[in-house]
Amino acid sequence: MNEEVIVSFLASAIRLSVPLLLAALGILFMSRSGILNIGMEGMVLIGALSGVVGAYYFDSAPAGVLLAILVTGLVGLLFGFLVITTGADQVVIGTALNLFGLGLTTVFGRSLLGMGQEAVQVKGIPSVPIPLLSDIPYIGDALFNQNVLAYVSYLLVPAAAFIFYKTNWGLQVRSVGENPLAADTLGVRVHRIRYICCLIGGMLAGVAGCSLSLGILNQFTENMVAGRGFIALSAVIFGKWTPLGTMGASLLFGGADALQLRFQSFGIKIPYQFMLMFPYLLTMVALAWFSGKSKQPAATAASYKSLADRSS
Amino acid sequence: MREARKVNLASERWVKAVIEVLFYGGAVFIALLAGGLVMAAAGVSPLEAYRLIWDGAVGDAGSVKETLVKATPLLFAGLCYTFAYRCGLFNIGAEGQIYIGAMTGTMAALYVPGLPGYAHLPLCIVAGAVGGALWAGIAGALKIFKGASEIINTIMLNYVGIYLVSYMVTGPMKDPSGTLPQSARLPESALLAKLFDSRLHYGFVLAVVLAIILYVVLNRTVWGYEIRSVGFNKQATKVMGIPVNRNLLLVMLVSGAIAGIGGFVEIAGVQNRLFQNFSPGYGYDGIAVALVGGAHPLGNIGSAILFGGLRSGANAMQRMTGTSTSLVYVIQATIIVLVVCNRYWFGGWKRQLIAWLVNRYGSRRLPEELQTAHSASEVKISFNKGEEAR
Repeated sequence: MNEEVIVSFLASAIRLSVPLLLAALGILFMSRSGILNIGMEGMVLIGALSGVVGAYYFDSAPAGVLLAILVTGLVGLLFGFLVITTGADQVVIGTALNLFGLGLTTVFGRSLLGMGQEAVQVKGIPSVPIPLLSDIPYIGDALFNQNVLAYVSYLLVPAAAFIFYKTNWGLQVRSVGENPLAADTLGVRVHRIRYICCLIGGMLAGVAGCSLSLGILNQFTENMVAGRGFIALSAVIFGKWTPLGTMGASLLFGGADALQLRFQSFGIKIPYQFMLMFPYLLTMVALAWFSGKSKQPAATAASYKSLADRSS
Repeated sequence: MREARKVNLASERWVKAVIEVLFYGGAVFIALLAGGLVMAAAGVSPLEAYRLIWDGAVGDAGSVKETLVKATPLLFAGLCYTFAYRCGLFNIGAEGQIYIGAMTGTMAALYVPGLPGYAHLPLCIVAGAVGGALWAGIAGALKIFKGASEIINTIMLNYVGIYLVSYMVTGPMKDPSGTLPQSARLPESALLAKLFDSRLHYGFVLAVVLAIILYVVLNRTVWGYEIRSVGFNKQATKVMGIPVNRNLLLVMLVSGAIAGIGGFVEIAGVQNRLFQNFSPGYGYDGIAVALVGGAHPLGNIGSAILFGGLRSGANAMQRMTGTSTSLVYVIQATIIVLVVCNRYWFGGWKRQLIAWLVNRYGSRRLPEELQTAHSASEVKISFNKGEEAR
């Protein structure tokens, strides 16, 4: 293999990891506060469509990103309302959200942006090489010649780690995810924290969607997320519910995706389907491996009625 | 005296049932309104679209049959979710189990030649059931032996199953005489016979029979009692001496087998070949079917036909107006949300309504009772009745 092949592989691995990482960080915030979000797929789809619609109607990619963040933030709050205040089952609501996202984006994608060959192309988010850093051999071009959203995702990982492990609020989030009742008796506003985490998760889903639609393809195609919402969930599990681990898992899964595309184009005889299965299989192994070692927030998927709301 | 009491309790059950049915009807209506809003926003006249959907779903005998064709896989998927759900398990993996069941059934159909139809078809159906059961069993075994969430694992297995089928039909199982990524055509002996000279096949009958069997198993057998007991409270069930883990694994296997049969039936009844993406998300639709069917096997029949109608109607609409059939997903999602949230949003309101109705219309019997209630003990019975009602 020559240098060019390796560099282009690394660059595409990073490019494919970024949407995973952004969505996974969104799931991580929700997960650490005890909310299992299997509706990320639908959220990211809505984000991807809103991004393109925004970029098309305002004729600017940043406006698209902002619109996507706004829309998916609202979707996150709606999800929060259904599972936190209403107390409905998170798995079922998550499934509904996936169906909702797929249905809405397909219908509106066709009516607003056209379909197939006639689908609207928009200005994507341009790549901005960072001076000096992008000159590092091999990894420089891959890591530091990406679009702004990629850089945002790099910065979000240490930021999330800082928030979770060094701030009071992060401690509250983790305590709410482990034992909401204990947190509540200590005066932590369980519902408020979960709502904020849902909002963050939703907004990150919007950014993740934009990094797919505006960062890679410059257009919206039906069901373009294609399971990445679930791979993001896998990345959180495989990353043991930590920001750094989540990033590692996202890179691994993004790399596997890039490799599978290379294999297909080089005609290497390993069936690409097995490469596509890899994240899911690895997650199942990891989940079985971790079990009993309590990596998962204990209160995952359990609804909680705050003490103040309980009738005495 | 006892007679009067029975009648009154029956009337209360009756009132409850009517309210529930009205509620589900209301949820479907609101969801259709939501779908209408989406259509209006997408620039399609909702009335026109719904007229097309209605015609496409029940407009004539042919479209009714098409509705039942579409309802068949939905019913299997709904039953798959329902059965696991009654045991407190979330089997989100019907989609993957449908694919694997279709694959193993097709293998039995293609690679076990020379059998007559009466032996070959059952063999294939059993092969489909075994495939689906094994696929769900992986998640079940990981749950009881490793404590890994069956929710996550069934989701992961969906994708693994879909990619596995994709590999099989492009590689080992690819039709040698064709270029398309699909299996060879199933032999006649492995195909489901058609009903009334249409696309409707015996798979629908099989699904309905299965629903009835599951109803009997869940509500009329000791095993069904154990399953529901595990679903209500695992700790208490364990204390009662019922083997919880064994039941969880068995239910997961049966649930997967149901979806597996559904997968093969779709191939043997409609598609006649195995190929990639033959299921447009039937497994996920099954969750909506189960929820609207009240997680009751017989209720599933009605809701599967409802969603089957929506689907075949939406196909007709797409042909006429170009609006995507994905609209159905929006309607389904809205129904799911309304049905799941009803307990929290309308639970108290519904209880009040029932109490009011029972008081208003049940009270006509109450005075008769009181007329005969000469002694204090008999008055006490009617008091107890109030207790029971709660």
